[in-house]
Amino acid sequence: MTAKPFVFPSLGRLLVYGVLLLAAVFFLLPLYAMLVTSLKDAGEIRSTSLLALPGSFNTAAWSSAWSSACTGVACNGLRPYFWNSVTMTVPAVLASTLWGALNGYVLSQWKFRGSDTLFGLLLFGVFMPFQVVLLPMSQVLGMLGLSSSIAGLVLVHCMAGLAGTTLFFRNYYAAIPKELVNAARMDGAGFWQIFWRIVLPLSTPIFMVTLIWQFTNIWNDFLFGVVFSGTESKPITVGLNNLANTSSSVKAYNVDMAAAIIAGLPTMAIYVLAGKFFVRGLTAGAVKG
Amino acid sequence: MKNSFETWLPKLVVAPAFVLGFAFIYGLMAWNGVLSFSASRMLPNYEWVGLAQYEKLWAMDRWWVALKNLGIFGVGYVGGSLAIGVLLAVLLDQKIRAEGALRTIYLYPMALSFVVTGTAWKWLLNPSLGLEKLMHGWGFASFSFGWLVETDRAIYCIVIAAIWQSAGFAMALFLAGLRGIDDSIIRAAQVDGASLPRIYWRIVLPALRPVFFSTLMVLSHLAIKSFDLVMALTAGGPGYATDVPATFMYTMSFSRGQIGLGAASATMMLATVAALVVPYLYSELRTKPHDR
Repeated sequence: MTAKPFVFPSLGRLLVYGVLLLAAVFFLLPLYAMLVTSLKDAGEIRSTSLLALPGSFNTAAWSSAWSSACTGVACNGLRPYFWNSVTMTVPAVLASTLWGALNGYVLSQWKFRGSDTLFGLLLFGVFMPFQVVLLPMSQVLGMLGLSSSIAGLVLVHCMAGLAGTTLFFRNYYAAIPKELVNAARMDGAGFWQIFWRIVLPLSTPIFMVTLIWQFTNIWNDFLFGVVFSGTESKPITVGLNNLANTSSSVKAYNVDMAAAIIAGLPTMAIYVLAGKFFVRGLTAGAVKG
Repeated sequence: MKNSFETWLPKLVVAPAFVLGFAFIYGLMAWNGVLSFSASRMLPNYEWVGLAQYEKLWAMDRWWVALKNLGIFGVGYVGGSLAIGVLLAVLLDQKIRAEGALRTIYLYPMALSFVVTGTAWKWLLNPSLGLEKLMHGWGFASFSFGWLVETDRAIYCIVIAAIWQSAGFAMALFLAGLRGIDDSIIRAAQVDGASLPRIYWRIVLPALRPVFFSTLMVLSHLAIKSFDLVMALTAGGPGYATDVPATFMYTMSFSRGQIGLGAASATMMLATVAALVVPYLYSELRTKPHDR
C-alpha cells in the first residue's frame, strides 16, 4: 500500500514520533523487565531496580524454571508441561485446520439449500463463552473415557476451533473465481478432484494463517487446560500458573519470569517468523462475517 | 457428476461439522441450561428446582462484585484499547519511518498467552520490588503503588495488563481500515483548504465506523470471557475483590461444589454475549450476501 500524500506538517512530526516511540517503550518494557529479572539471582532482585541490568548473566533461574521449580506438589519445572502442550497442540492444530479446509470448501464452492443458514448458526461458536460447555463437556469426556487425558483436550480444542477454521477457509475459498471451478466441472472433474487439483494448490496462504491462528490459540489456552486436564496432562499455561502461584516462603520472581518467557517462546517465535500471517488471521477473524 | 452420490458427497463431507459442531455448541448449551435448573452440587444431578439457582445467584454479594468488576474492566479495557489503538493507527499512517518495526512491537503481546501477561505484570506491579521500587530509585520517595493488593484498586491492574496485551490488536484493525479509505475524498478536502486534524475528525474517523464497530464487538466479547488474565494476575483476589463472571463460574463449579450455581452463571454469560453478538452476526451476514 502506498502511503497517503498528506502528512502532518513538520512541527507536528516531532510529536508524532515522540508518541510512537513512547508507545513502543510501553510495549517493550515488560518484556525487557522479564528478561533482566530472569537473569538475576534472588539477592540482586532485592538490591537492584526493576530495569537494572544484571551484574552477571545468571542462568540458574532458567534451568530451575525448566526442570526443577515447584509447580504445586511436583518439582520438575515446566518441562513435563511443555511436552504435554506439544503433544496436545500439534494434533489439535492439524486436525482442526484440515477439517476447517474441507468445510470451507463445501460451504463456498458446493453450497446447497440452507447451507448459508447452517453456517451462520455455526458461526456463533466463534463468539460463545466456553464457560457454558465446561460442565457438560466434562460429563461427555467422562462417558468417552477421555477424562483428564491429552486426547480429551485435543478433542475439545478441535470442537472449539471448528467454527473459526471453517470461517477462515470459507471466506478465502469464496474468492476463488467461479469460472475456474465451473470449467473444471464441465470437464467432468468431481468433488475431490477439484479440491486436490484446483483449490488446494491455491491454499498455502490460508493454511499458514489458520495453522498459526490455531497454534497460538491452543498453545495459549488456559481455560480448557485447567478444567479438563489431570495431573499427567496439564498444558504449559497451567504449569506456569501453578509455578507462579505456588506459595513458598520466598517468591522467586526470577524463576517466574524465566518460566513465563519459556511458555511464551513458541508463539513469540512464530510471530516473529511469520507475523504477516498472524496479523492476517487476527484481522480476518475480526472483520469478516 | 449427475449421479446421486456426487450430489450427496458435499453434504456428507460437511455433515460431521454440523452434527458435531451443533452438538458441541447448542447441545452442550442446552445441557448447561438444564444443569442450571437442577439442584446439582458436587456432582451433576437432575433434580428440577426451577429458578432457584438463579435466585440464589442474584442474591449473592460475590456475583454482584463480579458484575461490577466486569463493568469496570469492560469499560476500561475496551475503551482503553480502542483509544490507544486508533491513536497509534492514525499516527502510524503518517508515512512513518520503520513503520513495520513499530507495528511488530505494538502487536507482539497479542501472540502471548494471557497467563504469561498476567505473570509478567504481577511482577511489574508487585508492591515492594516492582514499579514502586523503581520510582523510589528515581527519587520519587513518596511514590506508592500497591494497587495489586488493594481491594478497590486491584481490578485496575487487570485493566492495565489487558490493554497492554490488546491495544496493538485494535491498532492493527484500525490501520487496515485506514489503508482502505479512498484517498481522493481526503485530497479533495485538502484542496478545499481543510486543516489536517479537521480532515481526520470529520472524514477519516467517521469512515472508520465499521472497523470501530467490529473491533468494539470483538473486544467486548473478549472482556466478558476474560478468565486467564484474572487467574494469573490476582486469582480473583484479594478475597474475591477481582472476581469476574468467568472466575466466579470456575470457582463455583470446580472448587466450591456448586455446579447448579456455576451453570446458572455460565448461562448469564452466554445471554450477555448473545445479546451483543447475535444482532451483529445477523447484520454482517445480511448486508454482505455471498451470492453465487
